[in-house]
Amino acid sequence: MGEVKVIGSTRSLFCTRIEWALKLKGVEYEYIEEDIRNKSPTLLKHNPIHKKVPVLLHDGESIAESLVILEYIDEVWTQNPLLPQDPYQRTISRFWAKFSDEKVLLGSFDACKAQGEEKQKAIDTAQESLAFIEKEIEGKKYFGGESIGYLDLAIGWIPLWIAVMEEVGEMKLLEAEKFPFLHKWSQIFMDLPPVKECLPAREALLEYFHASINYLRSLEANKQ
Amino acid sequence: MADEVVLLDFWASIFGMRVRIALAEKGIKYENKEEDLWNKSPFLLQMNPIHKKIPVLIHNGKPICESLIIVQYIDEVWHDRAPLLPSDPYQRAQARFWADFIDKKIYDSGRKVWTTKGEEQEAGKKEFLDSLKTLEAELGDKPYFGGDSFGFVDIALVGFYSRFHAYETFGNFSVEAECPKLIAWAKRCMEKESVSKSLPDRKTVYEFFAQRRKKFGVE
Repeated sequence: MGEVKVIGSTRSLFCTRIEWALKLKGVEYEYIEEDIRNKSPTLLKHNPIHKKVPVLLHDGESIAESLVILEYIDEVWTQNPLLPQDPYQRTISRFWAKFSDEKVLLGSFDACKAQGEEKQKAIDTAQESLAFIEKEIEGKKYFGGESIGYLDLAIGWIPLWIAVMEEVGEMKLLEAEKFPFLHKWSQIFMDLPPVKECLPAREALLEYFHASINYLRSLEANKQ
Repeated sequence: MADEVVLLDFWASIFGMRVRIALAEKGIKYENKEEDLWNKSPFLLQMNPIHKKIPVLIHNGKPICESLIIVQYIDEVWHDRAPLLPSDPYQRAQARFWADFIDKKIYDSGRKVWTTKGEEQEAGKKEFLDSLKTLEAELGDKPYFGGDSFGFVDIALVGFYSRFHAYETFGNFSVEAECPKLIAWAKRCMEKESVSKSLPDRKTVYEFFAQRRKKFGVE
């Protein structure tokens, strides 16, 4: 069903979710690794607006923004549907995916970066957001119900990326006692072969986050 | 059984306008409940406990939050008339991309224009106009963002037109001078009843923001 390429970076959780979707649907694709510190003309041509990864190329047409790409993949390759059929359930999936990207991810990153007095407050804020996600997974095997779905892929960054942020940020966020259902889901999700196949190496992610956090902290220090 | 549709809204909210327009396009009867954003009702807090914001669409008792998610819901439920998103997956992806661009770029930069002054306002103004120019380029010579028919991206953007007069006055610039095709597009949209009846009067918006600027200590 056409030539599929993913322009991505293996350290980017937004790219991993795209690969998961393609793997789950059994779609063959070529992966083009992008050096995001030295963006290629190909990337700039296919995402001139944001100049970011991931970009999905399907028969030469480009689609950008990971959640938009997920919906596109689901609509073009209809096997193993990712979004629920029911319109109301679809709004729930879309709502929590947006919440996860806007609040949970940013909150976790802020908690990782924060230092001194600000740190505990940032951790508390991040955990408040995680508590909403915990409630969503309570009583379910996957966010999608009995089978993995769009929301699992959108939230799938949590197990590895939060673990990395905890180590780099010298803090605990996803404590098992506070988030038992998320922990249980993490174990099931991370055990799935297509999920494992696309995950970046933990060491590479640790290195990347260390560098990013140090850089951002130095920028903030220079401002003062 | 008749559908019960309620919209928790605020008259000046561009996000609320999106939902009003979508409902009007589909000819859906609904009850509009105006919220006082500085004194939010227990009902709003119950219907949107996560963000505590409007708009919230309540369909047969079930709440849906986030304006673009609501508009897609409306399109999917009342799919038998006035389609808001294209049927082709690639075109749909483009529509979602541009609606997301509008959310990321227009609201915050516009907000800087009316809530700040000096350098910060100038930065906001530049980002606001640059983003509008990008959108104008995307529009090109098409009557609407979706092509021949009014749709999702038009709905995502047109509410901001009600604020242009306010932004222009506070920021001392003219959107029409910078983006004439975009203004022509906005006026074309305003010829549709679903849009003209959903947008507040620009002078009322200006006066509201002028009052709020005093509170921010910007006047």
